[in-house]
Amino acid sequence: MAKRIDVSGLSAFYGSHRAIDDISMTVEPRSVTAFIGPSGCGKSTFLRTLNRMHEVTPGGRVEGKVLLDDENLYGSNVDPVAVRRTVGMVFQRPNPFPTMSIYDNVAAGLRLNGKYGKSRLNEIVEKSLKGANLWNEVKDRLNKPGSGLSGGQQQRLCIARAIAVEPDVLLMDEPCSALDPISTLAIEDLIGELKERFTIVIVTHNMQQAARVSDRTAFFNLAAVGQPGKLIEIDETERIFANPSVQATEDYISGRFG
Amino acid sequence: MASTTPIDTPPAPPAKSSPGGSTGRMGDTVFSGLSKGSGILLLVIMATIAVFLTYRATLAISQDEGNFLTTFDWNPAGDPPVFGIAVLLFGTVVSSVIALVIAVPVAVGIALFISHYAPRRLAAPLAYVVDLLAAVPSIIYGIWGALFLVPYLDGLNLWLDQYFSWTYIFDQTQPGVARNMFTVGILLAIMILPIITSVSREVFLQVPRMNEEAALALGATRWEVIRMSVLPFGRSGVISASMLGLGRALGETMAVATVLSPNFVMSLHLLDPGGGTFAQNIAAKFDEADQFGRDALIASGLVLFLLTLLVNGAARLIIARRKEYSGANA
Amino acid sequence: MSNAHSGAAGNGPAAGPAGSAAIQNRPAAPATGESSGSGPGPAPSGGPGSGPERRQSLSQRGLPRWAPAGFAAAGIVIGVAVGAGAGLQSRVQWGLIAVVAFLVISYAVTSAVENSRQAKDRLATSVVWVCFILAVIPLFSLLWVTVSRGMKVLDPYFLSHSMAGVPSSQAGGGVYHALIGTLEQVGIATVIATPIGLLTAVYLVEYGKGALAKAVTFFVDVMTGIPSIVAGLFILAIMLMGKIEPSGLMGSLALAILMMPVVVRSTEEMLKLVPNELREAALALGVPKWRMILKVVLPTAIGGITTGVMLAIARIAGETAPIILLVFGSQLINSNPFEGAQSSLPFYIYEQYKAGEVASIDRAWAAALVLIAFVMILNLVARGIARWKAPKTGR
Repeated sequence: MAKRIDVSGLSAFYGSHRAIDDISMTVEPRSVTAFIGPSGCGKSTFLRTLNRMHEVTPGGRVEGKVLLDDENLYGSNVDPVAVRRTVGMVFQRPNPFPTMSIYDNVAAGLRLNGKYGKSRLNEIVEKSLKGANLWNEVKDRLNKPGSGLSGGQQQRLCIARAIAVEPDVLLMDEPCSALDPISTLAIEDLIGELKERFTIVIVTHNMQQAARVSDRTAFFNLAAVGQPGKLIEIDETERIFANPSVQATEDYISGRFG
Repeated sequence: MASTTPIDTPPAPPAKSSPGGSTGRMGDTVFSGLSKGSGILLLVIMATIAVFLTYRATLAISQDEGNFLTTFDWNPAGDPPVFGIAVLLFGTVVSSVIALVIAVPVAVGIALFISHYAPRRLAAPLAYVVDLLAAVPSIIYGIWGALFLVPYLDGLNLWLDQYFSWTYIFDQTQPGVARNMFTVGILLAIMILPIITSVSREVFLQVPRMNEEAALALGATRWEVIRMSVLPFGRSGVISASMLGLGRALGETMAVATVLSPNFVMSLHLLDPGGGTFAQNIAAKFDEADQFGRDALIASGLVLFLLTLLVNGAARLIIARRKEYSGANA
Repeated sequence: MSNAHSGAAGNGPAAGPAGSAAIQNRPAAPATGESSGSGPGPAPSGGPGSGPERRQSLSQRGLPRWAPAGFAAAGIVIGVAVGAGAGLQSRVQWGLIAVVAFLVISYAVTSAVENSRQAKDRLATSVVWVCFILAVIPLFSLLWVTVSRGMKVLDPYFLSHSMAGVPSSQAGGGVYHALIGTLEQVGIATVIATPIGLLTAVYLVEYGKGALAKAVTFFVDVMTGIPSIVAGLFILAIMLMGKIEPSGLMGSLALAILMMPVVVRSTEEMLKLVPNELREAALALGVPKWRMILKVVLPTAIGGITTGVMLAIARIAGETAPIILLVFGSQLINSNPFEGAQSSLPFYIYEQYKAGEVASIDRAWAAALVLIAFVMILNLVARGIARWKAPKTGR
């Protein structure tokens, strides 16, 4: 049920500070779109506007439109709670609920939305954990706390938790930055599988990672510290890395700054 | 701090005195000895409190012709002297439990209000007001309770008796003004609200933001975020806060002494006047007590001391355990 | 910290109660909530998403942002109507009825217009607001009553005269002797407790290791919980054994016992806030440890330590129970804390209250106002110092 995202004229603010300015782009369904750019360029902020998580930050405010297929996430009658159910999110640091078991972590989102039969719940939990390539590692200890897993496993648990509610879009905010290389590889493989079912947007600091996992890449930059971040260009990943149309992109990718 | 980086710099300018080995060593010995001595002094004070109270208490208890634990009377000046703590223990526990039952839910509500619900500009001043309220002396709560609260509660008592007398505890068998255990419980609840609130609030504010964001990102409403990540995280903190509040309520003297019209009857009819607590009894009986009577009061105080020791110790243990737990989790 | 949290639950850019209400006003995807809830289980939706049913729409009808205010108004109207109609005397009952009505209306209307998840969320919000109001009412009442009744007899005469020769049923007299008593007793207690408390905290933070430090930490915590009357009884036991007569000093000793753990705790917290780099920097310069503590650590933390000591003073200034047992009380001015009975403000309040005459109760309120003002000023100044000193410690 992956959906297309159409962003037009979107700016985000922290209080009176404009963090990102006038961004428009289209994210294709069933693909991986990577956001790259130097620190502070607003790529994480922009990501958080796509499921209305930006506004939970004190002073956070958004202008512009984000269409999910044809529905504006910022429409006047839209419930942010419903948006976040539809657009799942995986965070920079793995954040399983520390007091819940592995099973309960995966089931947490489902339980919010009504009653599922025991067997139905088991089925979805198993499917989600398999979907996150974690099932074989945890199937014998589903009742143990999720905080007992390794960092990479915890992150996959968070992915399982996010996909259990069958979102249309999956946002990932530097999901591997707190992980070791082997766990990173496992997550990257997983992303490749998940894009069959979801629209995936990933923020990454690691350009190799962007090159490995994404179909399209967006480059963000800011004119100077304190200036709002802007979208410089978005294109097929190969093009961005081989032959970008903007000089700044090339400079960044070749490591001349950032 | 930047000045420390060059290692070759001679230590002369910042160190005002010459760091001569012997004076430094001497000073260190004296100073560490002093501070260690203070720590030991505290332990000694605690120990002597226990020893002295126990000693004076045994003087009294050994001459008690009644059973110290089960006697329903306090007459150390009688012949033979008869006194027991049954009613006091009962009253102390009952009033504190009422206080806790009322205060904990409300305090958790206020703590959540300050930490998660209040508009941002209001949260900080509110926390401040709650802290100030903890500073109001108990005697002032006492006269406010006796002169102002009691008349207001008379009507409520009648009403409770009318509709809830089937619960037994709200069955008022002796009509009278509301100088009863229920009122004492309410007043104690108001008095321990600030401490429970401020400890709970601190714990709620410590909930890692990423735990809350995890719940939010799953599409949880604000209440669901609190239920999924805030309350589980804060549970042990709330429990220990409640124990601290309980400790306060157990030992509270003036508020009970001013509000209650005491007697030596043990009754679960909370709306009937009467009953008593350890601290209230000590304050009330002290003036008329001779030396032996004072020893008897000391004996009852010893029991109160042990009771609060138990409750506070338990609270501290829970806090300590929680620290380990969250440390392992970080 | 509190900022971050107040916004965490969907509090949008607009601050204020209306703003936060606005967001939760909007319904969750109701189709999902309801249908998957009532659905008998496996949903034959097929495709890769054989999971929960698909949502059709992100938006649905919701209550307007002023709804909570409306519910509250309705609740109050019902409370007043029922209270007045049934002739209930106690305003407490009116209030309780209004509260119950408010909660029921909030839940019922939200669950009818929106859905059960939103209704629960709304109910929780309402309960939390009610808790807050429930707590605020008695507290403001207490301050209001104390101030309004206290002002009746509070004047310079009241502050500058004792109760010598004034019968309790007669107006007149004052609080001067009690003020002197309180100041002296609290002063002596502070002089005793502060150095011991400070040094103990220094020991715990800078030197303490092993079993002794653990024991001290634990017993300081336990000592914090000692009821004031028990501290009084302890000194009383000593007095009985040493055949010592009541005096202000005895009261001070009990107050010092109550004060010490508070000073230790707050000082400890402040010392822990001093960055380790500062200590290492000093030690690296060859300064002996004790000078490092005196010249670097304590000065850095001095603001916080002062605050802690003042808060501790505010706490013991209101203690009554030990004074009843140890200082005995007096109607006369006795400025010698080492000999003879004294009075103190809280004791005076208790004594005047117990006398039960109109004039004496007026005096009790006036003294309560003096005491509360004293304690509050100490608190405000202490917290002012904390705020003023805070940036300098680098926090």
